[in-house]
Amino acid sequence: MIELLEKTFQHNGLVLAFAVVGLVMYVSMQCSRYLTMGRVHGSAIAIVIGLGLAYWGGIQTGGTKGIADVPLFAGIGLMGGAMLRDFAIVATAFEVQVVEAKKAGMVGVLALLLGTLLPFVVGAGVAYAFGYRDAVSITTIGAGAVTYIVGPVTGAAIGASSDVMALSIAAGLIKAIMVMVGTPAAAKFLRLRTPRSAMVFGGLAGTVSGVSAGLAATDRRLVPYGALVATFHTGLGCLLGPSLLFFATRALVE
Amino acid sequence: MIIYGTALLAVCHLLGIFLGDLLGTLIGAKTNVGGVGIAMILLICARLWMHKRGWMPQATEMGVGFWGAMYIPVVVAMAAQQNVVTALRGGPVAVLAALGSVVVCACVIALINRGEKPADDPLPPQAATIA
Repeated sequence: MIELLEKTFQHNGLVLAFAVVGLVMYVSMQCSRYLTMGRVHGSAIAIVIGLGLAYWGGIQTGGTKGIADVPLFAGIGLMGGAMLRDFAIVATAFEVQVVEAKKAGMVGVLALLLGTLLPFVVGAGVAYAFGYRDAVSITTIGAGAVTYIVGPVTGAAIGASSDVMALSIAAGLIKAIMVMVGTPAAAKFLRLRTPRSAMVFGGLAGTVSGVSAGLAATDRRLVPYGALVATFHTGLGCLLGPSLLFFATRALVE
Repeated sequence: MIIYGTALLAVCHLLGIFLGDLLGTLIGAKTNVGGVGIAMILLICARLWMHKRGWMPQATEMGVGFWGAMYIPVVVAMAAQQNVVTALRGGPVAVLAALGSVVVCACVIALINRGEKPADDPLPPQAATIA
Protein backbone atom coordinates (compact mmCIF):
# COMPACT_ATOMS: atom_id res chain seq x y z
CA MET A 1 0.00 0.00 0.00
CA ILE A 2 2.68 2.46 1.08
CA GLU A 3 4.94 1.27 -1.74
CA LEU A 4 2.12 1.76 -4.24
CA LEU A 5 1.55 5.34 -3.03
CA GLU A 6 5.27 6.03 -3.20
CA LYS A 7 5.35 4.72 -6.77
CA THR A 8 2.46 6.99 -7.72
CA PHE A 9 4.31 10.01 -6.31
CA GLN A 10 7.62 9.13 -7.95
CA HIS A 11 6.02 8.62 -11.37
CA ASN A 12 4.19 11.95 -11.12
CA GLY A 13 6.94 14.15 -9.72
CA LEU A 14 5.88 17.49 -11.22
CA VAL A 15 2.23 16.94 -10.29
CA LEU A 16 3.26 16.12 -6.73
CA ALA A 17 5.34 19.32 -6.70
CA PHE A 18 2.26 21.40 -7.61
CA ALA A 19 0.37 19.79 -4.72
CA VAL A 20 3.22 20.23 -2.24
CA VAL A 21 3.88 23.88 -3.18
CA GLY A 22 0.13 24.55 -3.11
CA LEU A 23 0.00 23.20 0.42
CA VAL A 24 3.02 25.30 1.41
CA MET A 25 1.34 28.41 -0.04
CA TYR A 26 -1.90 27.66 1.84
CA VAL A 27 -0.12 27.19 5.16
CA SER A 28 1.86 30.40 4.53
CA MET A 29 -1.22 32.46 3.70
CA GLN A 30 -2.89 31.26 6.91
CA CYS A 31 0.24 32.04 8.94
CA SER A 32 0.39 35.48 7.33
CA ARG A 33 -3.24 36.20 8.16
CA TYR A 34 -3.48 34.84 11.69
CA LEU A 35 0.04 34.90 13.13
CA THR A 36 1.36 38.17 11.68
CA MET A 37 -2.03 39.88 11.06
CA GLY A 38 -1.09 40.37 7.40
CA ARG A 39 2.05 42.28 8.30
CA VAL A 40 4.37 39.71 6.68
CA HIS A 41 3.30 38.76 3.16
CA GLY A 42 2.30 35.11 2.71
CA SER A 43 4.66 34.64 -0.23
CA ALA A 44 7.62 35.62 1.96
CA ILE A 45 6.62 33.04 4.58
CA ALA A 46 6.23 30.44 1.79
CA ILE A 47 9.75 31.14 0.59
CA VAL A 48 11.07 30.84 4.13
CA ILE A 49 9.32 27.45 4.37
CA GLY A 50 10.84 26.54 0.97
CA LEU A 51 14.31 27.42 2.22
CA GLY A 52 13.55 25.42 5.38
CA LEU A 53 12.60 22.39 3.26
CA ALA A 54 15.81 22.86 1.29
CA TYR A 55 17.75 22.85 4.56
CA TRP A 56 15.98 19.67 5.66
CA GLY A 57 16.69 18.04 2.28
CA GLY A 58 20.33 19.07 2.44
CA ILE A 59 20.76 17.63 5.95
CA GLN A 60 18.86 14.48 4.96
CA THR A 61 20.75 13.67 1.75
CA GLY A 62 24.00 15.62 2.04
CA GLY A 63 23.32 16.81 -1.53
CA THR A 64 23.46 20.28 -3.04
CA LYS A 65 19.91 20.57 -4.44
CA GLY A 66 17.89 20.78 -1.25
CA ILE A 67 14.65 18.87 -1.15
CA ALA A 68 14.97 17.97 -4.85
CA ASP A 69 17.68 15.47 -3.84
CA VAL A 70 15.08 13.47 -1.91
CA PRO A 71 13.86 11.04 -4.62
CA LEU A 72 10.21 11.49 -3.63
CA PHE A 73 10.40 15.25 -4.20
CA ALA A 74 12.47 15.28 -7.39
CA GLY A 75 9.55 17.02 -9.13
CA ILE A 76 10.21 20.18 -7.09
CA GLY A 77 13.49 20.34 -9.01
CA LEU A 78 11.58 20.52 -12.29
CA MET A 79 9.00 23.03 -11.03
CA GLY A 80 11.62 25.36 -9.58
CA GLY A 81 14.19 24.69 -12.29
CA ALA A 82 15.55 27.27 -14.70
CA MET A 83 13.02 26.60 -17.46
CA LEU A 84 9.77 27.15 -15.56
CA ARG A 85 11.32 29.85 -13.40
CA ASP A 86 12.29 32.04 -16.35
CA PHE A 87 8.98 31.27 -18.07
CA ALA A 88 6.99 32.52 -15.08
CA ILE A 89 9.17 35.61 -14.63
CA VAL A 90 8.76 36.61 -18.29
CA ALA A 91 4.98 36.18 -17.88
CA THR A 92 4.89 38.81 -15.12
CA ALA A 93 5.88 41.44 -17.71
CA PHE A 94 2.32 41.11 -18.98
CA GLU A 95 0.98 42.94 -15.93
CA VAL A 96 2.92 46.13 -16.70
CA GLN A 97 0.66 49.02 -17.75
CA VAL A 98 2.78 51.09 -20.10
CA VAL A 99 0.54 54.20 -20.01
CA GLU A 100 0.60 54.26 -16.20
CA ALA A 101 4.31 53.57 -16.22
CA LYS A 102 4.97 56.63 -18.38
CA LYS A 103 3.37 58.82 -15.69
CA ALA A 104 6.13 57.79 -13.29
CA GLY A 105 8.40 59.85 -15.50
CA MET A 106 12.02 60.59 -14.86
CA VAL A 107 11.87 60.25 -11.09
CA GLY A 108 10.62 56.67 -11.46
CA VAL A 109 13.43 55.84 -13.86
CA LEU A 110 15.97 57.46 -11.53
CA ALA A 111 14.56 55.51 -8.56
CA LEU A 112 14.68 52.28 -10.57
CA LEU A 113 18.29 52.77 -11.58
CA LEU A 114 19.33 53.74 -8.04
CA GLY A 115 17.26 50.86 -6.68
CA THR A 116 19.26 48.43 -8.77
CA LEU A 117 22.66 50.05 -8.42
CA LEU A 118 22.78 50.94 -4.69
CA PRO A 119 21.76 47.53 -3.25
CA PHE A 120 24.08 45.87 -5.76
CA VAL A 121 27.04 47.97 -4.64
CA VAL A 122 26.25 47.36 -0.95
CA GLY A 123 25.74 43.61 -1.49
CA ALA A 124 28.86 43.26 -3.61
CA GLY A 125 30.83 45.26 -1.05
CA VAL A 126 29.69 42.98 1.78
CA ALA A 127 30.56 39.91 -0.32
CA TYR A 128 34.02 41.33 -0.99
CA ALA A 129 34.50 42.18 2.69
CA PHE A 130 33.69 38.55 3.59
CA GLY A 131 36.39 37.22 1.33
CA TYR A 132 34.63 36.50 -1.96
CA ARG A 133 37.05 37.38 -4.74
CA ASP A 134 35.57 35.89 -7.93
CA ALA A 135 33.38 38.18 -10.04
CA VAL A 136 30.62 35.54 -10.42
CA SER A 137 30.04 35.17 -6.66
CA ILE A 138 30.33 38.90 -5.93
CA THR A 139 27.87 39.75 -8.72
CA THR A 140 25.40 37.06 -7.61
CA ILE A 141 25.39 38.20 -3.97
CA GLY A 142 25.16 41.84 -5.05
CA ALA A 143 22.24 40.97 -7.33
CA GLY A 144 20.61 39.10 -4.44
CA ALA A 145 20.64 42.34 -2.47
CA VAL A 146 18.59 43.84 -5.35
CA THR A 147 15.80 41.21 -5.10
CA TYR A 148 15.54 37.51 -4.42
CA ILE A 149 14.53 37.03 -8.07
CA VAL A 150 17.37 39.04 -9.61
CA GLY A 151 19.93 37.16 -7.50
CA PRO A 152 19.20 33.62 -8.72
CA VAL A 153 18.43 34.75 -12.30
CA THR A 154 21.78 36.52 -12.44
CA GLY A 155 23.54 33.63 -10.72
CA ALA A 156 22.04 31.10 -13.12
CA ALA A 157 23.02 33.20 -16.15
CA ILE A 158 26.66 33.62 -15.14
CA GLY A 159 27.08 30.15 -13.62
CA ALA A 160 27.27 30.73 -9.87
CA SER A 161 27.51 27.78 -7.47
CA SER A 162 24.38 26.66 -5.65
CA ASP A 163 25.56 27.82 -2.23
CA VAL A 164 26.23 31.34 -3.53
CA MET A 165 22.78 31.28 -5.14
CA ALA A 166 21.22 30.30 -1.82
CA LEU A 167 23.13 33.09 -0.09
CA SER A 168 21.93 35.55 -2.71
CA ILE A 169 18.30 34.40 -2.31
CA ALA A 170 18.69 34.65 1.47
CA ALA A 171 19.96 38.25 1.16
CA GLY A 172 17.03 39.21 -1.09
CA LEU A 173 14.58 37.45 1.17
CA ILE A 174 15.83 39.12 4.35
CA LYS A 175 15.61 42.45 2.50
CA ALA A 176 12.01 41.74 1.39
CA ILE A 177 10.97 40.85 4.94
CA MET A 178 12.67 43.99 6.28
CA VAL A 179 10.79 46.12 3.71
CA MET A 180 7.44 44.47 4.53
CA VAL A 181 7.78 44.82 8.27
CA GLY A 182 9.67 48.10 8.38
CA THR A 183 7.73 50.21 5.85
CA PRO A 184 4.71 51.13 8.02
CA ALA A 185 7.05 52.10 10.86
CA ALA A 186 9.32 54.14 8.57
CA ALA A 187 6.53 55.72 6.48
CA LYS A 188 6.90 59.14 8.10
CA PHE A 189 10.67 59.18 7.65
CA LEU A 190 10.25 58.05 4.02
CA ARG A 191 7.54 60.73 3.39
CA LEU A 192 5.25 58.06 1.92
CA ARG A 193 2.10 60.07 1.15
CA THR A 194 1.67 60.62 -2.58
CA PRO A 195 1.65 58.44 -5.72
CA ARG A 196 4.97 59.97 -6.72
CA SER A 197 6.56 59.10 -3.39
CA ALA A 198 5.15 55.56 -3.68
CA MET A 199 6.74 55.25 -7.12
CA VAL A 200 10.08 56.39 -5.74
CA PHE A 201 9.63 53.87 -2.96
CA GLY A 202 8.71 51.10 -5.44
CA GLY A 203 11.76 51.77 -7.55
CA LEU A 204 14.22 51.93 -4.68
CA ALA A 205 12.85 49.30 -2.31
CA GLY A 206 12.52 46.87 -5.17
CA THR A 207 10.99 43.49 -4.39
CA VAL A 208 7.36 43.37 -5.53
CA SER A 209 6.12 41.39 -2.54
CA GLY A 210 8.04 43.63 -0.14
CA VAL A 211 6.75 46.82 -1.77
CA SER A 212 3.12 45.73 -2.15
CA ALA A 213 2.92 44.31 1.37
CA GLY A 214 4.79 47.26 2.89
CA LEU A 215 2.59 49.83 1.13
CA ALA A 216 -0.61 47.90 1.88
CA ALA A 217 0.20 48.12 5.57
CA THR A 218 0.94 51.86 5.23
CA ASP A 219 -1.79 53.21 2.92
CA ARG A 220 -3.66 50.87 0.61
CA ARG A 221 -4.17 53.58 -2.03
CA LEU A 222 -0.42 53.74 -2.61
CA VAL A 223 -0.07 50.05 -3.51
CA PRO A 224 -0.68 50.16 -7.29
CA TYR A 225 1.79 53.02 -7.77
CA GLY A 226 4.58 51.35 -5.85
CA ALA A 227 3.94 47.90 -7.30
CA LEU A 228 3.90 49.35 -10.82
CA VAL A 229 7.46 50.64 -10.57
CA ALA A 230 8.57 47.61 -8.57
CA THR A 231 7.41 45.38 -11.44
CA PHE A 232 10.00 47.04 -13.64
CA HIS A 233 12.57 46.61 -10.92
CA THR A 234 12.97 42.85 -11.32
CA GLY A 235 13.08 43.11 -15.11
CA LEU A 236 15.70 45.84 -14.99
CA GLY A 237 17.73 43.87 -12.48
CA CYS A 238 17.50 40.70 -14.60
CA LEU A 239 18.63 42.73 -17.60
CA LEU A 240 21.51 44.57 -15.89
CA GLY A 241 22.66 41.88 -13.44
CA PRO A 242 24.15 39.28 -15.79
CA SER A 243 25.32 41.94 -18.25
CA LEU A 244 26.43 45.45 -17.28
CA LEU A 245 26.83 44.87 -13.53
CA PHE A 246 28.65 41.56 -14.09
CA PHE A 247 31.09 43.11 -16.57
CA ALA A 248 31.68 46.11 -14.30
CA THR A 249 32.37 43.80 -11.36
CA ARG A 250 34.66 41.59 -13.42
CA ALA A 251 36.59 44.60 -14.63
CA LEU A 252 37.06 45.75 -11.04
CA VAL A 253 38.09 42.51 -9.36
CA GLU A 254 39.92 40.54 -12.08
CA MET B 1 -7.88 30.03 -27.03
CA ILE B 2 -5.82 29.92 -23.89
CA ILE B 3 -2.92 28.17 -25.61
CA TYR B 4 -2.39 31.19 -27.90
CA GLY B 5 -1.36 33.25 -24.87
CA THR B 6 0.93 30.54 -23.54
CA ALA B 7 2.39 30.08 -27.03
CA LEU B 8 3.01 33.83 -27.34
CA LEU B 9 4.76 33.74 -23.97
CA ALA B 10 6.79 30.73 -25.09
CA VAL B 11 7.84 32.40 -28.35
CA CYS B 12 8.88 35.59 -26.51
CA HIS B 13 10.72 33.48 -23.93
CA LEU B 14 12.62 31.45 -26.55
CA LEU B 15 13.39 34.51 -28.68
CA GLY B 16 14.55 36.48 -25.63
CA ILE B 17 16.81 33.67 -24.39
CA PHE B 18 18.16 33.20 -27.92
CA LEU B 19 18.88 36.91 -28.33
CA GLY B 20 20.46 36.94 -24.87
CA ASP B 21 22.73 34.05 -25.89
CA LEU B 22 23.49 35.77 -29.19
CA LEU B 23 24.31 39.04 -27.43
CA GLY B 24 26.52 37.15 -25.00
CA THR B 25 28.42 35.50 -27.84
CA LEU B 26 28.73 38.76 -29.78
CA ILE B 27 30.30 40.66 -26.90
CA GLY B 28 32.52 37.75 -25.98
CA ALA B 29 30.88 36.75 -22.69
CA LYS B 30 30.21 33.04 -22.44
CA THR B 31 26.90 33.70 -20.71
CA ASN B 32 23.36 34.65 -21.57
CA VAL B 33 23.15 38.45 -21.42
CA GLY B 34 19.78 39.72 -20.20
CA GLY B 35 17.78 37.03 -21.99
CA VAL B 36 14.94 37.13 -19.47
CA GLY B 37 14.83 40.93 -19.60
CA ILE B 38 14.78 40.94 -23.41
CA ALA B 39 11.97 38.35 -23.35
CA MET B 40 9.99 40.59 -20.98
CA ILE B 41 10.40 43.61 -23.25
CA LEU B 42 9.36 41.50 -26.27
CA LEU B 43 6.25 40.36 -24.41
CA ILE B 44 5.31 43.93 -23.44
CA CYS B 45 5.72 45.05 -27.07
CA ALA B 46 3.82 42.04 -28.44
CA ARG B 47 0.97 42.73 -26.04
CA LEU B 48 0.73 46.43 -27.00
CA TRP B 49 0.85 45.57 -30.69
CA MET B 50 -1.77 42.83 -30.51
CA HIS B 51 -4.03 44.87 -28.22
CA LYS B 52 -4.21 47.66 -30.80
CA ARG B 53 -5.36 45.18 -33.42
CA GLY B 54 -7.84 43.48 -31.10
CA TRP B 55 -5.95 40.20 -31.31
CA MET B 56 -5.88 39.79 -27.56
CA PRO B 57 -9.13 38.30 -26.27
CA GLN B 58 -9.40 37.51 -22.58
CA ALA B 59 -8.72 33.78 -23.04
CA THR B 60 -5.40 34.58 -24.70
CA GLU B 61 -4.48 36.92 -21.85
CA MET B 62 -5.28 34.17 -19.35
CA GLY B 63 -2.77 31.93 -21.08
CA VAL B 64 -0.05 34.35 -20.02
CA GLY B 65 -1.67 35.53 -16.80
CA PHE B 66 -1.70 32.01 -15.37
CA TRP B 67 2.07 31.74 -15.65
CA GLY B 68 2.55 35.21 -14.23
CA ALA B 69 0.48 34.18 -11.23
CA MET B 70 2.54 30.99 -10.90
CA TYR B 71 5.72 32.94 -10.36
CA ILE B 72 5.61 33.04 -6.55
CA PRO B 73 4.93 29.25 -6.29
CA VAL B 74 7.72 28.58 -8.79
CA VAL B 75 10.06 30.76 -6.74
CA VAL B 76 9.00 28.79 -3.63
CA ALA B 77 9.91 25.55 -5.45
CA MET B 78 13.18 27.15 -6.51
CA ALA B 79 13.94 28.13 -2.91
CA ALA B 80 13.24 24.54 -1.82
CA GLN B 81 16.08 23.22 -3.98
CA GLN B 82 18.82 25.65 -2.99
CA ASN B 83 21.92 24.67 -1.09
CA VAL B 84 20.78 26.25 2.17
CA VAL B 85 23.02 24.11 4.36
CA THR B 86 26.13 25.61 2.79
CA ALA B 87 24.63 29.11 2.67
CA LEU B 88 23.96 29.20 6.38
CA ARG B 89 27.67 28.91 7.08
CA GLY B 90 28.08 32.31 5.39
CA GLY B 91 25.12 33.72 7.40
CA PRO B 92 26.30 37.24 8.20
CA VAL B 93 26.88 37.97 4.49
CA ALA B 94 23.17 37.67 3.68
CA VAL B 95 22.06 39.64 6.73
CA LEU B 96 24.60 42.44 6.26
CA ALA B 97 23.97 42.70 2.50
CA ALA B 98 20.23 42.98 3.14
CA LEU B 99 20.47 45.37 6.09
CA GLY B 100 22.99 47.59 4.33
CA SER B 101 20.95 47.93 1.16
CA VAL B 102 17.71 48.57 3.07
CA VAL B 103 19.31 51.35 5.14
CA VAL B 104 20.99 52.99 2.13
CA CYS B 105 17.81 52.81 0.01
CA ALA B 106 15.60 54.13 2.84
CA CYS B 107 17.85 57.19 3.18
CA VAL B 108 17.76 57.85 -0.59
CA ILE B 109 13.94 57.45 -0.67
CA ALA B 110 13.61 59.95 2.19
CA LEU B 111 15.99 62.32 0.42
CA ILE B 112 14.18 62.20 -2.95
CA ASN B 113 10.70 62.47 -1.37
CA ARG B 114 11.75 65.52 0.66
CA GLY B 115 12.34 67.30 -2.66
CA GLU B 116 8.70 66.86 -3.64
CA LYS B 117 6.37 69.88 -3.60
CA PRO B 118 3.75 69.50 -0.81
CA ALA B 119 0.53 69.39 -2.89
CA ASP B 120 2.22 67.92 -5.96
CA ASP B 121 0.07 64.89 -6.62
CA PRO B 122 -2.90 64.45 -4.29
CA LEU B 123 -4.25 60.95 -3.75
CA PRO B 124 -7.76 60.09 -4.89
CA PRO B 125 -9.96 60.03 -1.79
CA GLN B 126 -11.54 56.63 -2.44
CA ALA B 127 -9.48 53.63 -1.34
CA ALA B 128 -9.24 51.05 -4.09
CA THR B 129 -9.71 47.37 -3.47
CA ILE B 130 -6.41 45.57 -3.43
CA ALA B 131 -6.01 41.85 -3.93
